[in-house]
Amino acid sequence: MAYLIKGAHVVDPQVGLDDVRDVLVEEKQIVEVAESIDAGEGVEVIDGTGKYLVPGLVDMHVHFRDPGFEYKETIATGSRAAAHGGFTDVATMPNTDPVTDTGAEIRYQIDTARRAGLVHVRPMGSLTRGEKGESLSEIGDMVMEGASAFSDDGHGVQSAGMMKTCMAYVSQFDRVVCAHCEDESLTKNGVINSGRAATRLGMFGWPALGEEIEIWRDIELCRMTGCALHICHISTAKGLEMVKAAKAEGLPVTCEVTPHHLFLCDEDIDDTYNTNLKMNPPLRKASDAAALREGILDGSIDCIVTDHAPHAKHEKDCEWEIAFFGTIGLETSLPLMLTNMVSTGKMSWDRLVEVMAVNPRNLLRCKPVKIEAGSQADLTLIDPDKEIEVTEDYFVGKSKNSAFLGYKLKGAATDVLMAGKRTLIDGVVA
Amino acid sequence: MLSVKHLIDTTSLTADDITQILDTAKSFDPIVNGRNIKKVPALRGRTIVNLFLEPSTRTLKSFELAEKRLSADSISMGGATSSVVKGESLADTIQTIDAMKVDMFVVRARLAGTPQKITENTDAIVINGGDGKHQHPTQAMLDLYTIREHFGHLDGLKVAIVGDLAHSRVCGSLAPALKTMGADVTLVAPPTFQVGDPSWFGCNQTNHLDDVIEDMDVVYMLRVQLERMEGAAIPSRREYNRLYGLSLEREARMKDNAIICHPGPMNRGMEIDAEVADCARSRILNQVNAGVLTRMAEMYLLLGGEE
Amino acid sequence: MEQASLKAVIMDAQGMDRALTRVAHEIIEHNEGAEGLALVGVLRRGVPLAERLADKIEAIEGIRPKIGKLDISFYRDDFSSHIAPVLHTTEIMFPIDGVDVVLVDDVLYTGRTVRSALDALMDLGRPKSVQLAVMVDRGHRELPIRADYVGKNVPSSHEEDVRVSIVPLDDKDCVEIWGIEKNAGGTE
Repeated sequence: MAYLIKGAHVVDPQVGLDDVRDVLVEEKQIVEVAESIDAGEGVEVIDGTGKYLVPGLVDMHVHFRDPGFEYKETIATGSRAAAHGGFTDVATMPNTDPVTDTGAEIRYQIDTARRAGLVHVRPMGSLTRGEKGESLSEIGDMVMEGASAFSDDGHGVQSAGMMKTCMAYVSQFDRVVCAHCEDESLTKNGVINSGRAATRLGMFGWPALGEEIEIWRDIELCRMTGCALHICHISTAKGLEMVKAAKAEGLPVTCEVTPHHLFLCDEDIDDTYNTNLKMNPPLRKASDAAALREGILDGSIDCIVTDHAPHAKHEKDCEWEIAFFGTIGLETSLPLMLTNMVSTGKMSWDRLVEVMAVNPRNLLRCKPVKIEAGSQADLTLIDPDKEIEVTEDYFVGKSKNSAFLGYKLKGAATDVLMAGKRTLIDGVVA
Repeated sequence: MLSVKHLIDTTSLTADDITQILDTAKSFDPIVNGRNIKKVPALRGRTIVNLFLEPSTRTLKSFELAEKRLSADSISMGGATSSVVKGESLADTIQTIDAMKVDMFVVRARLAGTPQKITENTDAIVINGGDGKHQHPTQAMLDLYTIREHFGHLDGLKVAIVGDLAHSRVCGSLAPALKTMGADVTLVAPPTFQVGDPSWFGCNQTNHLDDVIEDMDVVYMLRVQLERMEGAAIPSRREYNRLYGLSLEREARMKDNAIICHPGPMNRGMEIDAEVADCARSRILNQVNAGVLTRMAEMYLLLGGEE
Repeated sequence: MEQASLKAVIMDAQGMDRALTRVAHEIIEHNEGAEGLALVGVLRRGVPLAERLADKIEAIEGIRPKIGKLDISFYRDDFSSHIAPVLHTTEIMFPIDGVDVVLVDDVLYTGRTVRSALDALMDLGRPKSVQLAVMVDRGHRELPIRADYVGKNVPSSHEEDVRVSIVPLDDKDCVEIWGIEKNAGGTE
């Protein structure tokens, strides 16, 4: 198939493009980028007028719950959510059942995703067997089957010694260790940020220190082992300061942030105990969120991820203290960034493309996607004026547990090409 | 009429609400404490379910007695007999009971926010009988009643709340209610028992009982929740008693007219010495008596407000 | 919204006093004296009326009957739509067992207040007898209740309000009929 995307404003800082262009796609590749291209025989034209065309968006932190928890999400339903949100690539976390700790599990996810055919799934493998923090997973086997990175996401690796072993072992491969930082001796029973909200609502706190102490530890292990370290879903101002300092030293340390930690805080949790606001790490103080928004602009935070965490209705429609942690995010991530950061003039389109496409793709060690001839045609077309009302019906994924239900947002992906195939067509998943 | 439909927390109550509850409770006093027939037909025909998802004897019996004295029909469901422990969700439990047509739920729960969740699943009125570490508003009302009976007023009183604040729903509801009524509250606890953010209560927090005891009109000793002590925040009963226990020596330093309260059940010899619990300043049994009066008032006012 | 307008003054202070004097005599006559007699006023206007009657009985017989106040808030059958802050409390500082009790109220209308008062009284003990004295009986009974002593029978309609005023709760003694008119176009 051949497509001509006409008249879109193309943004790709990798090739210095920030202007209106026509882009011609044949089979899986971009074959021409020029000011004006005439549609040849058999070329389908996609009107890009008034829209932005960017390299396909990447979310390097999602939970597709497959295998093991298919009642929450599957690779097929998660892929639909990803395409609906404008993504061409996602990295799935290994806390499945069984845990993704062997090459066979990696292969299962890649094959299943190919059959679904809506998004490139780049599975992460676990650092330790069963995410138990006790012994190494078959990391080399998983690299050979296509694992994109390694993480025990959902838990911190409690033993510093075990984490040292993990990072030292991974350092022989060109892969990043993604650290979920949580010292469980400090966060035990914690269900909400320590501080005013915990006092007001009468629940055990999950203190910032529980995260920061492992960020510090893992940065030191990075220095010792040389293994590339990526801090997952950073949520505190102080944690970000440590990442900044490590970067300034030249250590291979990066980090990511979620839209909910950027745009929500613990003061949003009111007496109704809305469990869609229960996260791990928890929503922090307003001042933390402000520091994170600054960090995404000044370059100290490398990418936006959603930590897309689907849960069934009965797992959220219950008392806060026993509700499951997490919010879905794939379908609101781009609209939230556009509404709060880009259309307010705080963030450039260039920076948006860096944090939502270029940087995560590099961290997952995937081949760069550039808007130039010869690159793979993973492309996202965005209408900055499209209005979205976030209701349960808006979501095409299996679960509806969004922290942003009820929000009205402006700006969303309308079309996505994944390896030259249309996966989102005028806002509807193919 | 109260300004709230349900009694979930004390932070939603105005000073007028609290005064109305205490005044109504006062009018039940001659009925409960002065008559042979300690009962009125005010809530005849109303159905109240006491849903106690966490074991409790005192609070449950106090509510049951209050219900009987108002002539309501009530049933009590306990954690051991309810299907919540069998894996049924809270929403299912409430909808099931609700289908039997009840007018009011009195809820005691291990998890914070449970009463609020129940309001989302029923049209009945909900009274919070204590939820997790969050709130215990009916305890706060009986405490205020007891204190007001002694001093004749609440504004300007200096009250110390002493003990396991971190695990205490009693503190969570009493401190804000006292502030609303114009009292001055000081929180006293070892650092490992202190609340995360005392500014939420608008209170000072200290770990030196001896520094403040002489200034207090009311010394409110909290029960150390032995069953909730995870990770042992204090080394021993003995040491706690020595540092924070209300001993005869400390009692002797209190103001002449000052009183001692405790929500019960007491750990004698831990937070309060046996002789102190029984001394002339102790209002602990008055509190128990006030519990029935104030709970009658709350149920009467909330159900009476229903059209 | 309702608007009320004065239609007639049924009794002035003098008329009320004469009626109370007669009722006092009737109570004494019926009970063959004032021994073992108690007057219990239903809050609020029954209370000063009971005191007036006690004064008169004392003047006639030389014995002052015991006086009590009865609050019926918790005994009403319509409380769910008429709840008000409870400001009054029953005060009967003597045992009522074996006593001839005269309930005193200002207006006897549907009989529901008296029904509530009887229940409230019975929860306090077991009187030898209970009699009922009212300043005005305006008819329209909804329960099988009648007064033993009546200051004045005042036939009235549902669109009227019969009001008893009495010092010190009011600034004068009188009985008046007020018309109640619904506002034009009323939508209630």
